[in-house]
Amino acid sequence: MMRLSTIQDLELLRREILKRREHIKKRVRICDGPGCHSGGGEKLIQLFREQFEERGLDGSYEIAPTGCHGFCARGPVVVLEPANIFYEKVKPDQVATIVERSVVGDELVEELLYTDPETGEKIVHERDIPFYVHQERIVIGETGRNLITEIDDYLSRGGYSALAKVLTGMQPEQVIEEVKVSGLRGRGGGGFPTGVKWESCRRARGDIKYVMCNADEGDPGAFMDRALLEGNPHQVIEGMIIGAYAIGAREGYLYVRYEYPAAVKNAQRAINQATEYGLMGDHILGTDFSLKLIINRGAGAFICGESTALMASLEGKIGEPRGKHIHTVDKGLWNRPSNLNNVESWANVPLIINQGGKWFADIGTERSKGTKIFSVVGKLNNTGLVEVAMGTPLKKIIYDIGGGLPGGKRFKAVQTGGPSGGCIPESMIDLAVDYEKLKGAGSMMGSGGMIVLDEDNCMVDVARYFLNFLVEESCGKCIPCRVGVKRMHEMVTAMCEGRAQPGDIERLEALCNGIKETALCGLGKSSPNPVLSTLRYFRDEYEAHVNDKRCPAKVCKKLITYSIDTDKCTGCGVCRLRCPEDAVIGEKKECHCIDEEICVRCGICYEGCKFGAIVIE
Amino acid sequence: MDCNIQEVDAIIEQWGAKPDSLLQIMLDINHRYHYLPKESVKRVAERLEMPLNQLFSVATFFKVFSLVPRGRTIVHICTGTACHVKGAPKLLDRFEKDLKLRPGETTADLALTLETVNCVGACSAAPVVLVDGVTHTEMSANKISKLAKELKAQEG
Repeated sequence: MMRLSTIQDLELLRREILKRREHIKKRVRICDGPGCHSGGGEKLIQLFREQFEERGLDGSYEIAPTGCHGFCARGPVVVLEPANIFYEKVKPDQVATIVERSVVGDELVEELLYTDPETGEKIVHERDIPFYVHQERIVIGETGRNLITEIDDYLSRGGYSALAKVLTGMQPEQVIEEVKVSGLRGRGGGGFPTGVKWESCRRARGDIKYVMCNADEGDPGAFMDRALLEGNPHQVIEGMIIGAYAIGAREGYLYVRYEYPAAVKNAQRAINQATEYGLMGDHILGTDFSLKLIINRGAGAFICGESTALMASLEGKIGEPRGKHIHTVDKGLWNRPSNLNNVESWANVPLIINQGGKWFADIGTERSKGTKIFSVVGKLNNTGLVEVAMGTPLKKIIYDIGGGLPGGKRFKAVQTGGPSGGCIPESMIDLAVDYEKLKGAGSMMGSGGMIVLDEDNCMVDVARYFLNFLVEESCGKCIPCRVGVKRMHEMVTAMCEGRAQPGDIERLEALCNGIKETALCGLGKSSPNPVLSTLRYFRDEYEAHVNDKRCPAKVCKKLITYSIDTDKCTGCGVCRLRCPEDAVIGEKKECHCIDEEICVRCGICYEGCKFGAIVIE
Repeated sequence: MDCNIQEVDAIIEQWGAKPDSLLQIMLDINHRYHYLPKESVKRVAERLEMPLNQLFSVATFFKVFSLVPRGRTIVHICTGTACHVKGAPKLLDRFEKDLKLRPGETTADLALTLETVNCVGACSAAPVVLVDGVTHTEMSANKISKLAKELKAQEG
């Protein structure tokens, strides 16, 4: 690899790469994102390679293992360029057929095309599928086109041109101004204006400053940062280099979750490649600007996503946060001015520089600009990563893009903002999603997780789930969080187990308000949110648990029993054979019954019964 | 697995014997041995010139570390939100009952360890279970019961 010593060299290299790629007739994009990878994408890549070798397909064809395409529910996804033919749920034994008919030949493999559930028609192109039609995939869109392991692929699509633009004639102040004009706000949850943060850090006194990337995506149910960093690391890194230039930093850190080993690997590879090309390291593109980036792994602590805890962890200490009166931009890592942004925020930067802050500010709502990537999961047909303009109604995300709920179940709520967020009920389905509206509804943007709940989910159980999470993850530094969350968890658990007393709901509320006012950091202050938001919209469910010792959604184990509907049972014996506890009794071809004393309510019989004869009450 | 001091030293060299490398060094040792052997922790404290109690606080603060030996096979049941609402608690219950193992515990013969994880970012395929890092998607009570049987058979 040659080292680029001037900005012009980058353009020359880009032209050379494009020329080299001119003869590529067809490109097979195989999704190796978080969803498709676990669903068999890795195997497909290997099989495509074998097929290409067997048939001696030359350089006119390219296999591109890419980052996430977003439509995880239909994975593993394979897309054929240049026509962008979208094949879904591809199985290993279908690879040969695809190569034969669609790569070598020009036919379609009908059975692998997406079927529109409304019209029943087959849809050929990626862009025409309803899931994609309603989105604005400006930040994550490239991830699905990006050949993960090759920097040249990123360069061929204009990669690092924003960096070149900045280094060609923009003063650091101009870069900051452009980001301020864009109105970009932190995508990690806080929503603080990015440009303002950069400006404060630039103005802060100190010779040594740091840029940091928060890739400690701790909100359970969110994986957009994993997909971005794993699938298109250069986009994030380019953003960081630009940020470092604007702030005046020469060193930077990426703090990545331990649970994301592929993100660590891919980001490290990207840093090495960029350094070899002279896009990072000393004298970037021959200028006076230098930057070194280091990757640090987290060790499984949710609190380390909090800025000051993250920095403590980077310094080799335990991840305890500190009070907010000392600002990170003045005294951050090793007490030096530091600037921390989230993965998605950094990924937005090259776009803003290339297309202008004004262009960006035209997307979204008055105070929330640009787009947001949401991880739309849970009880939904089209689970995956969705990117929409800020202000898009919830209904559009869940129904037009998400395809509604499976099994004809009724939508109950959507949980947003992770453990610090809340649940938004069905009555607010028209809510235009942005920072302010979500906050007003008692939830928050967070990093963008949206977990859809249906009528089978118990809201008290959901609150208990988050409290259990927070009990484990509280760092223990302040009493309101360490002790208060534990007490909240005990009270809600008692409700789920039918041990609650009248008046417990009111006591719980009082405790929530106390913690909210007195906890030290953002995590502690927001820890009552899962309870407060479910109480606000689903108080009747709490009352049913406390007063009637009843779980309306039939989830809380201590409050339900399994039995067999005598009219529906055919005596097939499947439940009896499968029951690991031997709790099902009955002769073949005769009606069975469940011994309540032995039954552990594991649900194996319920899952296995073809006749719907197992009843939960 | 016995702890090899040379190996530990090599890991320290890779990251540099300085306090801010502590977490990365401990992660590599934990990954290598599936836990943090006593001798390795002592060695790191010595080389980094840090008090042993500081290492102990780090080792007990972060969820990834273990101070007791873990099994040759490690099963992680994801308890992220998407997995939870799609039935992760049932998976955990079933697995606990079938293998008589609670989260954080290891079988006496060091064959198997059961742990929970707060989200692995495979939410669209929920609920998921990881066996030595390999993801099993869209699990159910029936499927995990089968998996438990396979794991049992594997160890004979």
